[in-house]
Amino acid sequence: MTIPAPYRLAFGLLVFAALPFLVKSDFWLSVGVFTGIAAIGAIGLNLLIGYTGQLSLAQPIFLGTGAYVAAHLASSFNLPMPLWIAAAGIAGGILGVLIGILSLRFKEHYLIVISIGVVFLGEHVFVNWRQLSGGLNGLQIALPVALGPIDFAHLSIAGMALTRNQGYFWLTWGLAIVGTWLCANLVRTRPGRAMQAVRDREIAAAIIGIDPVRFKLGAFVVSSVYAAIGGALYAAYSRYVDPNQWNLTLAVQYLAMVVIGGSGTIAGPLVGALFIGAVPAVTDHFASTLHIGSGSSGGVTVFALDQGLFGILIIYFLLREPRGLVSIGESIAARFKRLTAPRAESVSAKKE
Amino acid sequence: MTDFLQYLASGIALGGIYALVCLGFVVVYRSTGVLNLAQGGFVMLGAFLTYQFGKTSHLPFFVGMIISIVLMAGVGVLVERTILRHMVARPTLAIIMVTLGLLYVIQPLVTSIWGFDLHLLGDPWGLQTVRAGGVSLPVIEVWSIALSAAILATFFSFFKYTRLGIAMRATAADPEAAAANGISSSTVAGIAWAAAGIVGVVSGVMLTAGNQGVSVDVGDIAFRAFPAMMLGGAESTAGAAVGGLIIGVCEVFTAGYIEPHAPWLGANFHVVLPYVVMIGIMLVRPQGIFGRAKVERV
Repeated sequence: MTIPAPYRLAFGLLVFAALPFLVKSDFWLSVGVFTGIAAIGAIGLNLLIGYTGQLSLAQPIFLGTGAYVAAHLASSFNLPMPLWIAAAGIAGGILGVLIGILSLRFKEHYLIVISIGVVFLGEHVFVNWRQLSGGLNGLQIALPVALGPIDFAHLSIAGMALTRNQGYFWLTWGLAIVGTWLCANLVRTRPGRAMQAVRDREIAAAIIGIDPVRFKLGAFVVSSVYAAIGGALYAAYSRYVDPNQWNLTLAVQYLAMVVIGGSGTIAGPLVGALFIGAVPAVTDHFASTLHIGSGSSGGVTVFALDQGLFGILIIYFLLREPRGLVSIGESIAARFKRLTAPRAESVSAKKE
Repeated sequence: MTDFLQYLASGIALGGIYALVCLGFVVVYRSTGVLNLAQGGFVMLGAFLTYQFGKTSHLPFFVGMIISIVLMAGVGVLVERTILRHMVARPTLAIIMVTLGLLYVIQPLVTSIWGFDLHLLGDPWGLQTVRAGGVSLPVIEVWSIALSAAILATFFSFFKYTRLGIAMRATAADPEAAAANGISSSTVAGIAWAAAGIVGVVSGVMLTAGNQGVSVDVGDIAFRAFPAMMLGGAESTAGAAVGGLIIGVCEVFTAGYIEPHAPWLGANFHVVLPYVVMIGIMLVRPQGIFGRAKVERV
C-alpha cells in the first residue's frame, strides 16, 4: 500500500517543523543550518550542471557576491530581510548573465577550466577590494532576519524562547524547501524540458527551435540567484565572512553535493548537501577518539582527514554510484516495495 | 634594461617549468582524453619523494630522484588501473571530478606524512648562481631551461616519429580503430599515466630545488600551469612549450612591473594573470594556439 502524496508531504512538513525541538544538541542544529544554506546553493548548481549540462565551477563568485551585496546594502539602507534577499538575488542574477556568456563560447573541458579561472579571479577581486570585503581581515556582518513580525533569530513560541539555531534552521530549510518546489516546477514544465534538451543534444535542440543561448543564460541566471541568496544567508548566520573562503575548495564541495546527491534529480542537492555537510561535523565530533591532533610535522590533522575523506567519497561515488545517493535511495525503496507487494497467485493454487 | 633581461631570463626559466607541468597534462589528455587535475598532486608527491629518498635517507641525490621517478611511474599506472580504467565511457564531468578527488586525497596524504613545513631539497645545485651580461640566474634555473627543453623535445619527437607515440595518438583519436589495428588502449593509458608521474617528479624537483624548498604549496603550481596548457592547445606538446613560456614570462614581468605601475590590480595579481591571459586568448581562439578546432558532426 503506498501512502498518497499529499499525506507524505504533510508528514514531511510535520517532521521538518518538529526537528528543531527533537534535536537537542545545538551543535547538530548548527550543522543543520549550514547544510540548509548549502542546499540552496546546491539546488541552483544542480539546475545548471544536472539539468542544463553547463559544467561551471564558478559558484563561489556568486556566493560571495550575494554575501557582500546583502551585507553592504542592508547596513547602508537598513533593509529588512525580504529586501536584502531580493537584492542579493538580483546582484547574483546580473553576475550570472555576465559569466553565463562564457558558456556560449566554451563547452565541457574548456568551460570547466575557464570557470576555475573565474573562481581564482573572483577570489583575487574579493581579497583586494578592501571596501567590499574588508580585505584579509574579513567582514563582520549583522543582518536582520525578520519576516514581518517573525524574527528568526529571536523566536519565541507560547512564551518559550527558542535558540538562534532553531530559528535559523526553520528559516534556511524553509527557504530550501521553497527553492526545491520552485525548481521542481521549473524542471517539469517547458523551460525545464528545453534545458534538458540543451544538455542532451544541443544541436538537435536548436534544430527543433529551442534557443540554446536563452536557456544556457537562463540556467546561469537562475543558478546564480540561488547561489547569491545562499551566500547572503550564510553571511547572516555566521556573521563573519573572509574573502579567501570563496575559493576552489568551496566550488568542489558544491560540485560534490550535486554529483554525490544525484545530478539531475530533485532531491539530489538536498541529500547531497546533508551528506557533504555532515562529513566535517562528524570528523570533528569524533576527532578526539581517533587520536587526531592539530599537528605539526607528522600528525594527521582533522582538516587533512576531512579533505582525504572528501576525496575518497568523491572517487567512490563516481566509480560505484554514478547516479548518486538518490538512486541508492530509490533502489532501496524499490526493493522494499518488492518485498511488501502482494504476491501473484501461485501455481499450486490452480491445482486445487 | 638589465631589469628587463633579468625578468626575461627568470620568466623563461619559470616558463620551462610550467611547460614541464603542462606536458604532464598534455600526455594524459592526448592519449586518453582525460584532463588530469591531479597532476599538481603528482608534482607535489614527486618532489616530496625525492626529498625523502634523496635527503632524509642519506642516499645520493640522483639516486633519490631515480627512486622517486620509478615510484611515481608506479603511482601513475596504479591510478590508471584502479580508477581511470573504470571511468572510460563516463561523462566528462565525472572523469574530471574523479581526478579532483584524487588531488584531494594526495594533499592530506602529503601533509600527514611530511607535515606543513618547508624543507630544503638537498640538491647538488644549491644556491649557486650564474652571471652573464648583467643578469644573474640561479644555476637551478639554467638547468630548468635546459632540462625542460630537452624533455619537451623528446616528447615532441616521441609523439611524432615513434611507433608507440603514434599509437598513443591513434588511441586518443579513435580507440576502436586503434584497437582494430592491434593497439591496446589499456597499455597506452598505462604508459601515458606513468609518463605523467615521471614528468611530475622532474617538474617537482625543478620547482623545489635550490633555495625554493619543498612544501605543500608546490601543488598549487599545477593550477597556474593549467592556463598554459589550455592556451597552447590541450593536445599539443608544442602548445605546452609555447603556452608555458608565455605564462612564465608574463607572470614574472607582471610580478616585477606591477608594483610601480599598476598597484590597483592588487597584490599577487601575477598569480591570477595566467588565467586572465588564458581567457583572453581563448576568447579569440577557443582551441588554443596549436590546438585543433573540434568539428561537431550533426
